[in-house]
Amino acid sequence: MTGERGLINRGLTNGGLVNGGPVNRGLVNGGLVNSGLVNRVLDFSLVDGPGNRLVIFVQGCNFDCIACHNPYTIDVCDSCGGCVEPCPDEALSLTFDRGTPEVVVDRNVCTECDVCIEVCPINSTPLARRMEVSALLQRIGSVAPFISGITVSGGEATRQADFVVDLFSAVKSTPGLDRLTTMVDTNGSADRATWDRLAPVMDGAMVDLKALDPELHLRMTGQDNAPVLESIRHLAAIGKLYEVRLLMVPGHNDSAETVKRTAEWLLAVDPDMRVKLIGFRRHGVRPHHAHIAEAEPEHLAILERTLRAVGLSGVVVV
Amino acid sequence: MDAEEARAAARRIVNDPTLTFHQRRHYLAGLAEGLLDYPPLGDEAAEALNKQIICDLFEGPAPYRARYILPDYGRALARGSDHLELDPPGDLDEALNFLLIMYTQVPSITGYPVYLGDFDKILEPFVTGVDDETLRRKLRLFWIAVDRMLPDAFVHTDVGPGDSRITRAVFAVDRELKQVVPNITFKVDPELTPDDLIEDAVTTVFETAKPHFVNHPLMVRDLGEDYAAVSCYNSLPVGGGSHTLTRLNLKAVAELHQGGIETFLADTLAHYVELTAQVIEARIRYLVEEARFFEHDFLAREGLISLDRFSAMFGVFGLAEAVDVLMEAEGRPGRYGHDAEANEVSYRITRRVSDLVAARPLPYCEGNDGRAFLHSQSGIDTDIGVTAGTRVPIGDEPGMLEHIRAVAPHHDLFQAGVSDIFHVEDTARRNPRAMVDIIRGAFAEGMRDFTFNLATNGFIRITGYLVRKCDLENFDAEGARHGSTTFAAGAERNSHVTTRNVKRVVSRESSPRPAS
Ligand code: SF4
Ligand code: SF4
Repeated sequence: MTGERGLINRGLTNGGLVNGGPVNRGLVNGGLVNSGLVNRVLDFSLVDGPGNRLVIFVQGCNFDCIACHNPYTIDVCDSCGGCVEPCPDEALSLTFDRGTPEVVVDRNVCTECDVCIEVCPINSTPLARRMEVSALLQRIGSVAPFISGITVSGGEATRQADFVVDLFSAVKSTPGLDRLTTMVDTNGSADRATWDRLAPVMDGAMVDLKALDPELHLRMTGQDNAPVLESIRHLAAIGKLYEVRLLMVPGHNDSAETVKRTAEWLLAVDPDMRVKLIGFRRHGVRPHHAHIAEAEPEHLAILERTLRAVGLSGVVVV
Repeated sequence: MDAEEARAAARRIVNDPTLTFHQRRHYLAGLAEGLLDYPPLGDEAAEALNKQIICDLFEGPAPYRARYILPDYGRALARGSDHLELDPPGDLDEALNFLLIMYTQVPSITGYPVYLGDFDKILEPFVTGVDDETLRRKLRLFWIAVDRMLPDAFVHTDVGPGDSRITRAVFAVDRELKQVVPNITFKVDPELTPDDLIEDAVTTVFETAKPHFVNHPLMVRDLGEDYAAVSCYNSLPVGGGSHTLTRLNLKAVAELHQGGIETFLADTLAHYVELTAQVIEARIRYLVEEARFFEHDFLAREGLISLDRFSAMFGVFGLAEAVDVLMEAEGRPGRYGHDAEANEVSYRITRRVSDLVAARPLPYCEGNDGRAFLHSQSGIDTDIGVTAGTRVPIGDEPGMLEHIRAVAPHHDLFQAGVSDIFHVEDTARRNPRAMVDIIRGAFAEGMRDFTFNLATNGFIRITGYLVRKCDLENFDAEGARHGSTTFAAGAERNSHVTTRNVKRVVSRESSPRPAS
């Protein structure tokens, strides 16, 4: 069992461009059935919310965080075919079955060596696949007795909000699964309308806040943080904020002063919110960001005290 | 062994600087018993025993006490004991004092009691009016006394399944003291046991690798309400126990079998199950009819045990290798734990053993309707190249879900315990509720009993008993205070148990003989 996300070494760098969100709807069996572009499903995870959880990692993210531990989930494969030849196990092939080029993987052959990820010019992976809600329900059903719930992580869960809404609705309306809690792990960039669509079937969101300062946020993620702050406020207001995660990246957002200001802002939103302080670790991070130091436990302890001193009551350190 | 060899062996024990006085005496007694003739056996059974296809766990050729004895401590506390000249205790101090005295008089294969009672139940009548703080303080002293006086990891207590402040105090004290002794089993009833109590047990596992978790409803189905898990996770009737634990090496049987799986099940396996039953029967008859243990022991005389609640344990081990050998013989590639076909073969083997054992009457086994209890035996330190019980080999375990699914079907058959061990990564420490989920899931999947091991706590579970890692590291240099550590040092040398995706435990039971 592992709670870590995939550990991938990237050979190439990302130009920083972000693909458009993946298309969610496809015609199956004559009806409109939702499916999602899924990087992988982990049956047991101890680190993605309360209790033991099944986690669905979706493919595709609109942020480009320097500290991303699974950068191969950021961009969506465009089936350029560049990884077909390099695959040492001949697991990949380029087909034109649906009119357009498509890279398909033979999962019985693939050894998960990650060579394809290393050679991909956009740091993507050919292993993400479209999964229907019904298939996921089956998978969830088979582990249901062992879990408290499911979490959609990523990638960015809310980029495939239709899929997530359908999945959560299906879980909530399936006898035997309806006791499971449904959560998303998100970068917080979704707008209010998206959250309001998710809210009726989502038990909570775990929101990453990379930086309170817009400039710093832009440097760390390539995006503005106004939507993130708004998401945190809105989710707290409607009772759907499970936790805010502060990833401490040394030399970037981990000065006591920065953390104190963040804490004050969070305090104003909700003094009892669960705040998880996470130390940056280098594994999986792209090579051009791998020079960043790992967070020191001693420094995290100081920051934890800073958060508490401001008055936050629900601080957890990882 | 001739007289010359016996003298040399005795000399080695007497002069072994890594053994305490008590350990030397224990091994000397074993040596003396070993000079006697084995109870009469047929030639085939004797040969299988000789070749270690059947293993009596070095219990000795002249059994003079039952292997596992589970006295009814509740009854003893209620009635007092003439033999011990003790009146029924009137308060908690008297009860704890009574128990400590009684423990020193309970025989077992190891010389130490393997069962200390279901603490929450036997102490319940004495805690009214005792506040939590006082309860904890008294229990703490008692815990220290038990660990120092009975230094063997097979000394075992049970708690659960209902909520009780005694159970919570037991966990708290155990977390605080981090002792090897006593080992603890926590009975879980999914309907009855509250989540936060299971979580309390889980956080205790993170500190001390205890308790062991058992599926209470499944145990009650097979053993009735009055059962306990004792020693190395052997579940047996309270007020009774097991005369012997004799085990069949499935790997060895598969290796000497000529042919495929069908003939193995039909003939070879059936033959060796019968031979094992003959060894068990001979041992039982000696204990009951020659040594006449049940006629003279005070526990029997005072009704704290009774012969009709005893049976014997029929153990198996080396299932993993047996499956692999048979699959290979048929030219099939799958391995146990990883392949559905191989797993299917494993279920057919245990089902067959179970049917054969259930069809073989044994004397003095009324505790289980005249049949032996089936037990998946978790190994001793001399086992080399053969996996404990029905476990997946060390270091070869699949992911936890697959692991649970692979082994769960066996659990239904082993009334007297299975004890699979799961390695859990350190992140569990911050999310004990996740382990509660997994425990509930495992029981829903049909598991009977299991233990978790966390990579980073200071204990190591070897084959079913606990050893402190530091004791193991120091052992070769200085010897160990716990009988079980001796055992673990051998197990570690012989089968790299510490490379197990992490597990632990140790005891004299697992190290029945001195290292030679
Ligand atoms: S991960 Fe699989 S598909 Fe990718 S290169 Fe390796 S074998 Fe080929
Ligand atoms: S994974 Fe990358 S290299 Fe392979 S087809 Fe997709 S975009 Fe091209």
